[in-house]
Amino acid sequence: MTDPAWTAAALTAARPRALAALLRYFRDLDTAEEAFQEACLRALQAWPRNGPPRDPKAWLIMVGRNAALDGVRRRSRHDPLPPEETLSDTNDAEAALAHQLDDSHYRDDILRLLFLCCHPDLPATQQIALALRIVSGLSVPQIARAFLVTEAAMEQRITRAKARISKGTLGFETPGPEERAERLAAVATMIYLLFNAGFSAADNVARADLSGEAIRLARLLLRLFPTEPELMGLTALMLLQQARTPARFDAAGEIVLLEDQDRTLWDGKRIAEGLALIDKAMRHRQPGPYQVQAAIAALHARAARPTDTDWAQIDLLYATLERLQPSPVVTLNRAVAVSKLRGPQAALDMIEPLAPRLSGYFHFHGVRGALLMQLGRTHAARTAFDQAIATAGTPAEALHIRRQLDRLMQDSLAT
Amino acid sequence: MQYAILCYNDEDVVWSMPPAEDQAMMARLAVVQDRLIRTGKLGPHLRLLPTTAATTLRKTAGEPLVIDGPFAETKEQLLGVFIVDVETLEAALDIARDFAAAKTGSSYEVRPIALYFPDQRSKAG
Repeated sequence: MTDPAWTAAALTAARPRALAALLRYFRDLDTAEEAFQEACLRALQAWPRNGPPRDPKAWLIMVGRNAALDGVRRRSRHDPLPPEETLSDTNDAEAALAHQLDDSHYRDDILRLLFLCCHPDLPATQQIALALRIVSGLSVPQIARAFLVTEAAMEQRITRAKARISKGTLGFETPGPEERAERLAAVATMIYLLFNAGFSAADNVARADLSGEAIRLARLLLRLFPTEPELMGLTALMLLQQARTPARFDAAGEIVLLEDQDRTLWDGKRIAEGLALIDKAMRHRQPGPYQVQAAIAALHARAARPTDTDWAQIDLLYATLERLQPSPVVTLNRAVAVSKLRGPQAALDMIEPLAPRLSGYFHFHGVRGALLMQLGRTHAARTAFDQAIATAGTPAEALHIRRQLDRLMQDSLAT
Repeated sequence: MQYAILCYNDEDVVWSMPPAEDQAMMARLAVVQDRLIRTGKLGPHLRLLPTTAATTLRKTAGEPLVIDGPFAETKEQLLGVFIVDVETLEAALDIARDFAAAKTGSSYEVRPIALYFPDQRSKAG
C-alpha cells in the first residue's frame, strides 16, 4: 500500500534526476520525456499494488528506458533501425545502469538538464518556462496561469524554446571542472530568476508558488553539490527572503517595507535553515555574489527590531558586492545602508550619478523620493515619487508610492 | 521505559510535497501528539531541517574535520525524533503505527534510551 500523496511527491522528487539520466541515455529530450512519462504511468499502476520500490529514481530510469527501447523496437519493424550512436549503450544494460546511477553521473546529468534550459539565446522568461515544463514537470496550463498568458500562447512559447535548444549542441561527455563551474553558475542564475518571478508577484498565488519551486530545485542541487559555497549562498538567500513573505503585504495587499514589517510573522524555520546555510558557506572563504547577498539578508534576519540592524556591516557587504558584481542597482541598495549610517544627504550624493542608468527603474525613484522627503525637499520628492509611479511594475508598487505621496501632502499641509 | 522514535524519510520526497499536503500531514500528526501528551506518554519531540543545512564534525588523527552535509549519505534521512514513555516495546510500536498512519511514507526506528537528561536551560537562566 502506497498512498497517492506520497506517490505524487515521489514522482515529482525523482523527475529531475530520472529525466536527466534518461536524457543522457537517449541523447534526445523528447524521447527522454516520453520515457519518463511512460515510467510514471507504470509507477501509478505498480506502486499502489506492490508498494514503493526501494529506490524510486532507479526504478523510474530502468522502467522508462526499457519502455522507450520497446517503442523503438516496435517501430523498427517498419522503420530502419536507429543509428547505433543514438543509443549510448545496449548491452549489459543493468550493469551500465548501476554505473550510471553513481552520484558523480547524477551530478553532471542533472546539471546538463538544467543547463539545457539556460540557453543564452532564450530570454529569461522562456528559460524559466522551459525549466518549469522540463525539470519541474509542471503542466502547460499551470505555467500559463503563473505567467498570466493563455495556454495556447504558453504552449507555443515552450515549443519554440524547445526547438531553439534542440538546435544547440550540448556536450554529453563529462564536463571538465571549468565547464562544470560555468554550468553551475548559469543554472544558479536561472534558479534565482525563477525565485524572483514568484517573489515579485506574491499577489498571484500560482506565480508565488514558483519561489517554493526554486528553493526545492536549489536543495536538490545542493544535495548533489554539497560543498559549493555559492549554491549554499543562493539557497540561503532565497530562504531568508521567502521567510519574510507573510509580512511583506498588509491585510489590504499593500507593500510593507522591511523596517515596518512585523518580524514575528517571519518564518522561523526558513530563517534557521538560511542562517545555517550561510554560516556553512562562509566557512569556505570563497565569497561570491549569492553569499554576500545572503549575508546581508542574514543580518536583517538576525535583528530582532529594525533598530538592531547592523548597518555598518551591511554597508561593508554591499561594498564587497559592488566589487564582485558591479551594478548601479547594488550601489542603490548600498545607499539605503549609507542613509542609516551617514544620513540622507550622503546617500543622495551616492545615487545621483546613477540617474542616467536607472531612470527607468522603479526603486531608484522610490529611494530617491524617500531620501528627498527626509531632507525636507518636498517638491523634489514629489517629482521623484511621480516618476516612481510611472515606472512601477505592479499595482502594489504604485499604490505604495501613492501612500508616501499622500503622507507628503499631509505633512506639507500641516506645516 | 523510554524509547526514542526516530523518523526517517526520503527528504527529496518530503520537500516535493505541496505545502498544503505538508500542512495537512502536520495537522494529522498533531492529533496523535495531543492524545499522547494527554496520556503522559510523549516527551520532547522535534522536526529537523533538511540535511543540506547540516554540517558534520569528524574526528581524525589530527584536527577534527568539518564536512558539509549529514554524517552518512542514506536513501532515507533522519527527519524527526519523538521521546515516548511506555511500558513495553509493543506500546512504543503502537505509537509508531499511529505516526505512520498520520504521515506519508516514513520508517520509524524504535530505540530504547540509555540515559535521559531533561532540559535544564530554564533553571540555569
